[in-house]
Amino acid sequence: MGKTIAEKILSAKSGRDAKAGDIVLAQLDFVYGVDSIGSLNIQLFKEMGRGRVFDPARCAFVMDHMAPAHNASYARMQQIVREFCQEQGIRVYDVGEGISHPVLIEHGHFGPGDLVVGTDSHTCTNGAVNVFSTGVGSSDWAAAMVSGKMWFRVPETVRFELRGRLPRGTYSKDLVLYLVGRMGADGLTYQSAELGGEAVESMSVEARFTISNMAIEMGAKVGLMRADAKVREWFAGRSGRPLRPVEPDPDARYARVVEVDVSRLEPQVAKPHRVDNVGPLSEVEGTPIHQAFIGTCTNGRLEDLREAAAILRGRRVREGVRLIVNPASREALVEGMKDGTIQTLIEAGALLNPPGCGMCPGITGGIPADGENVISASNRNFKGRMGNPNASIYLASPASVAASALEGRIADPRRYL
Amino acid sequence: MRISGRAHVFGDDVNTDYIIAARYRDKALNLKEFAQHAMEDLDPEFSRKVQPGDFVVAGRNFGLGSSREWAPRVLKELRVGGVIARGFARIFFRNAINAGLPAVEADTSGIQAGDELELDLERGKLLNKTQGHELSVAPLPPVMIRILRDGGLVEHFKKYGDFQVF
Repeated sequence: MGKTIAEKILSAKSGRDAKAGDIVLAQLDFVYGVDSIGSLNIQLFKEMGRGRVFDPARCAFVMDHMAPAHNASYARMQQIVREFCQEQGIRVYDVGEGISHPVLIEHGHFGPGDLVVGTDSHTCTNGAVNVFSTGVGSSDWAAAMVSGKMWFRVPETVRFELRGRLPRGTYSKDLVLYLVGRMGADGLTYQSAELGGEAVESMSVEARFTISNMAIEMGAKVGLMRADAKVREWFAGRSGRPLRPVEPDPDARYARVVEVDVSRLEPQVAKPHRVDNVGPLSEVEGTPIHQAFIGTCTNGRLEDLREAAAILRGRRVREGVRLIVNPASREALVEGMKDGTIQTLIEAGALLNPPGCGMCPGITGGIPADGENVISASNRNFKGRMGNPNASIYLASPASVAASALEGRIADPRRYL
Repeated sequence: MRISGRAHVFGDDVNTDYIIAARYRDKALNLKEFAQHAMEDLDPEFSRKVQPGDFVVAGRNFGLGSSREWAPRVLKELRVGGVIARGFARIFFRNAINAGLPAVEADTSGIQAGDELELDLERGKLLNKTQGHELSVAPLPPVMIRILRDGGLVEHFKKYGDFQVF
């Protein structure tokens, strides 16, 4: 009987012939933490009383949620992380380097076929390049840092066959919003999403990250894709290690197969206050907006910034609207500076923030006022998510966010292409 | 393990931003102060009303959203005895058990605010003393029972130095 990608990776890392439903104890290839929860991670590790971490070379911390810290309490949380990493010899990507998920994969710390955990729920992003990668809490992190292991229940897999190609003006963000809306916020609880088909094959690796990133919003444990030629090319020059991609078997058993024809998809929006409250943008077109956000591990990469710049080039953000941009990583920022993308965004009226999570988790970087509407390229729109429970958040693609910033209301990007 | 307390009832899809809101994150280094804000946007009086052993009772998909372990820990800090829900988001569920906070699945649709409940984890039963009937709770996987019985994953590791879950 064939295996899914999830079954194969967990079998390899546990040394067992594991199937969906089994409980395994697996060796981890990488364990990472972020600044916003790091102090709890470290407190629990110290309570376990073991002293040294299992292997500092397989660990990292990224300062992304408070980049940089805007008060002494947040500064102290980051200081705790820096002190611990110094003691243990663990690499820190400090404020300004960007968001954990793009930064660590860009620096080649892990790759196809690896098993990775991080203390951020969007750790599933790495699934786009064939990594079994999932978000965990501080206790699991601490136990992993002691032992280099974690127990897993091998998930069943829901296979997504994404057929056709995305039409002009519709992007991978629109596709994943559509999928989250269709499956529901608990549609894939305890399950692996395995995504493939022509739509995936024809999109860039950067576009695929957006889809795997939001697997968690369907309740999924991981959002896995194959490592095809595009993925192998993406890794060239990033990692010195040979790549070990894991393919699903043709006779793998899936809990469910979901077929989607993407060729007629329209731009989508997740309306307040649930990520699965998704509908066509046309349904909310014309809704006034006050703040527009392009960034995050979902849509802050160079390709996302370029998509927004294509719409903003030679135009100006509407008076009274704040367009805020946080590149997802230093790499995106630097490349965007070289190719004129950042210049275009700023000349159109964007405010440029440092690489980091920005306003997405509601800590810093642009908190909305009471009664305001934000249109955002981020991944969550729960009430109070951006730091104010009296504001409303609409989720959309970077292109839709850019078009909306031009008009001061939710707008269809296809008019600008 | 038997836990008794009153039910505090919430609905479906109680996300981690409702359990502990983003705008209070800078209080996280002082757990006692931080926990005062638990569930605030759903029930501003929650932290003042809740008594040791009381239950958070909810519908589907409790704990969806973030992996932050503060979510179960602020509830534990307020001496919540356990969370009973029709369904849990997986990261929260795992974090709750790891933090030593019982999290069990049951059909909560009939539970009323203030009902006196008694959870018997060994027998897998939830007794509603106010309404006079008993519900079954979904069994936890053995690995989680082990961790919960030890008082959480940190306690488990202090005891054994590694995973002793099989």
